Amino acid sequence: MIEIKNLHVKIADEDKMILNGLNLTVKPGEVAAIMGPNGSGKSTLSYVMAGKDDYEVTEGDILLNGESILEMEPDERAAAGLFLAFQYPVEIPGVPTMNFLKAAMNSQRKAHGENELSTPEFIKTVREAAGKLDISMDMLKRSLNTGFSGGEKKRAEILQMALLEPKYCVLDETDSGLDIDALKIVSDGVNALRSPERAFMVITHYQRLLEHIIPDTVHVLYKGRIVETGGKELAQHLEANGYADIIGKAA
Amino acid sequence: MNMLSNIKHTAAEEVLLNQLSESRNNSASGALEMLSERGLPTRKVEPWHYTDLRTLLRGYPHPPSAIQSEFSGESLKEMPDLAQGFTIGFSNTSHLIGAVKDLPEGVTGEVGLAAANTTHEVEIAADTVGLLNSALAENGAVLNVAPGAKVDGAITLAHTCAGGTASVLRHLVTMGEESEALFIERHHSSTIENHENVVCNLKLEKGAKATWVISQELGQATTRLGQFNFDMAEGAELTILVLNAGGKLVRQEIHGRVRGENANLAIKGVNLIGEGAHIDVTTTLSHEVPHTTAEELFRNVVTGHGKGVFQGQIRVAQPAQKTDAQMACNSLLLSDDSDFSAKPELEIFADDVVCAHGATVTDIDEDHLFYMRSRGISERDSRALLIKAFVDEVFEETEPEALGESLIEIIETWLDANA
Ligand SMILES: Nc1ncnc2c1ncn2[C@@H]1O[C@H](COP(=O)(O)OP(=O)(O)O)[C@@H](O)[C@H]1O
Ligand SMILES: [Mg+2]
Repeated sequence: MIEIKNLHVKIADEDKMILNGLNLTVKPGEVAAIMGPNGSGKSTLSYVMAGKDDYEVTEGDILLNGESILEMEPDERAAAGLFLAFQYPVEIPGVPTMNFLKAAMNSQRKAHGENELSTPEFIKTVREAAGKLDISMDMLKRSLNTGFSGGEKKRAEILQMALLEPKYCVLDETDSGLDIDALKIVSDGVNALRSPERAFMVITHYQRLLEHIIPDTVHVLYKGRIVETGGKELAQHLEANGYADIIGKAA
Repeated sequence: MNMLSNIKHTAAEEVLLNQLSESRNNSASGALEMLSERGLPTRKVEPWHYTDLRTLLRGYPHPPSAIQSEFSGESLKEMPDLAQGFTIGFSNTSHLIGAVKDLPEGVTGEVGLAAANTTHEVEIAADTVGLLNSALAENGAVLNVAPGAKVDGAITLAHTCAGGTASVLRHLVTMGEESEALFIERHHSSTIENHENVVCNLKLEKGAKATWVISQELGQATTRLGQFNFDMAEGAELTILVLNAGGKLVRQEIHGRVRGENANLAIKGVNLIGEGAHIDVTTTLSHEVPHTTAEELFRNVVTGHGKGVFQGQIRVAQPAQKTDAQMACNSLLLSDDSDFSAKPELEIFADDVVCAHGATVTDIDEDHLFYMRSRGISERDSRALLIKAFVDEVFEETEPEALGESLIEIIETWLDANA
């Protein structure tokens, strides 16, 4: 279970507040859609969860399975089962994607007290997962995300998620920059990972993604707070009417 | 012996002057005069601007009487090869392993005092390293690769230097027309203060192809003055690979003449500069004729209070049309106190050339680090992966592959211990 309680966040070396008392609970097996206009704080929420130190939590807490993660390093949070699919995955020249995947998988296995994967096991696992996402092994020999198209980057994020098998998945605008075919591949990839133990926060600006990944709950984030919560019909309402009336009601 | 001088000599200069006055090498008097009148170069001497040798060279070991070297012939033999082949090994100035009669097919030569008086035809400004070397060299190898010979395996010139001693050596290699060979210069030393000065000269006749590796894993208190001079005839090809992974004060000079058309040159290097080390790589290339290429790439990692210097000069003479020369120097600073100075210098007198240089200094990208850590990779491992990515590239396409792997292994060992 993901519990976000009265979260207040500001930018580390400025006074600017971005999240202002955000409350949200996502249960195991639940897919929660987080929607909201640009600039409302969606990416900030995802970064704060992952532990980026550009932000400072001034009040409130984030709990995974009942335990606060605020004092944990980003890699400890990952080992605790958190995964963020970035809105803008960074390009890292010189680090072959395969080496990176292996380091990530083995680091987490080590943190869980498991043995490192042998190279043949590793390659077999990656090959299978990549195949389902229409990712070629050639692409994985290239430097991490370097020169990947927008769609390739997003598929690579989902591949990492599939390989690391996190319990708490946060997807930040995974649909942006995808054409309809890529959207289908990525959504199928996410849907394949849905399970009773796994909680998802699917951040999106548009309703489009939610036609493929059907959410259990929908939450509207505005000015750093959840201003409306509902079922999947809330997303359809937003698609038809825009954010204006809900924001108006909140203001 | 320094009554002519009008400067007050430093402790290092005093010892050097003494040794020079006793040397019987051909160039001893020239060196004696230079040192006596001007002393060691200071930052006011342009090629030494970033490495003020007079200040940095605190002392100079007295000549070794009877050295109890920790580097016996046995330990020279035990050094793992960077690439398979034949090794000529020196413990200080004693030739301990690799008899010249056993040199591989196509190579002949001798080891002895004669090497000390060999010369080259490359012009060098403020040539302190070369002058001291030719005046004080006590031993060295003179090797000849026969025309057309394709030498099997590497020829390694291995050097070790004992604590509290100085070791001065000078080598000359001549490669005949259309010959091919791989040479590896290696330098190891005690962790106790000492001084090494080794100059290697390479002459490539028409169409000769060589790879020359300079790899040093010196002790943290060693001073090394090193120089590699080369001369390329028509159609010659030379790849120089430099790996600096040790030493306290290191000046590695590379000076070359590209004097034959269609000659191709590549210089690639990695400088790993740890706490308290000062490593200076200075290269001067002179393109004298049309249609030659040069590619120069250095990647530097600096930690602690380390200081790095790269000076890259490319001169393109007026007749050298269609020269293609590219130079890049990228540095990664791992601490606030680390420092790297890069000075690329193009002197171009021909009008139809393609020459470019670029120097960058960066630190580890926080966004890269965060991304990797968000996947569960520890900060330490993430940094190591990023640093490795930055430097490994330099040796990735090295031939033979085993050589590239050996160099990358040295890098990894250094990074494990220092980064
Ligand atoms: N590191 C930062 N420095 C300064 N402003 C920031 C930073 N991160 C986010 N912001 C600001 O915070 C607000 C929320 O941004 P963001 O979380 O990216 O919104 P969303 O993802 O919903 O579009 C915006 O006004 C944005 O400019
Ligand atoms: Mg965003």
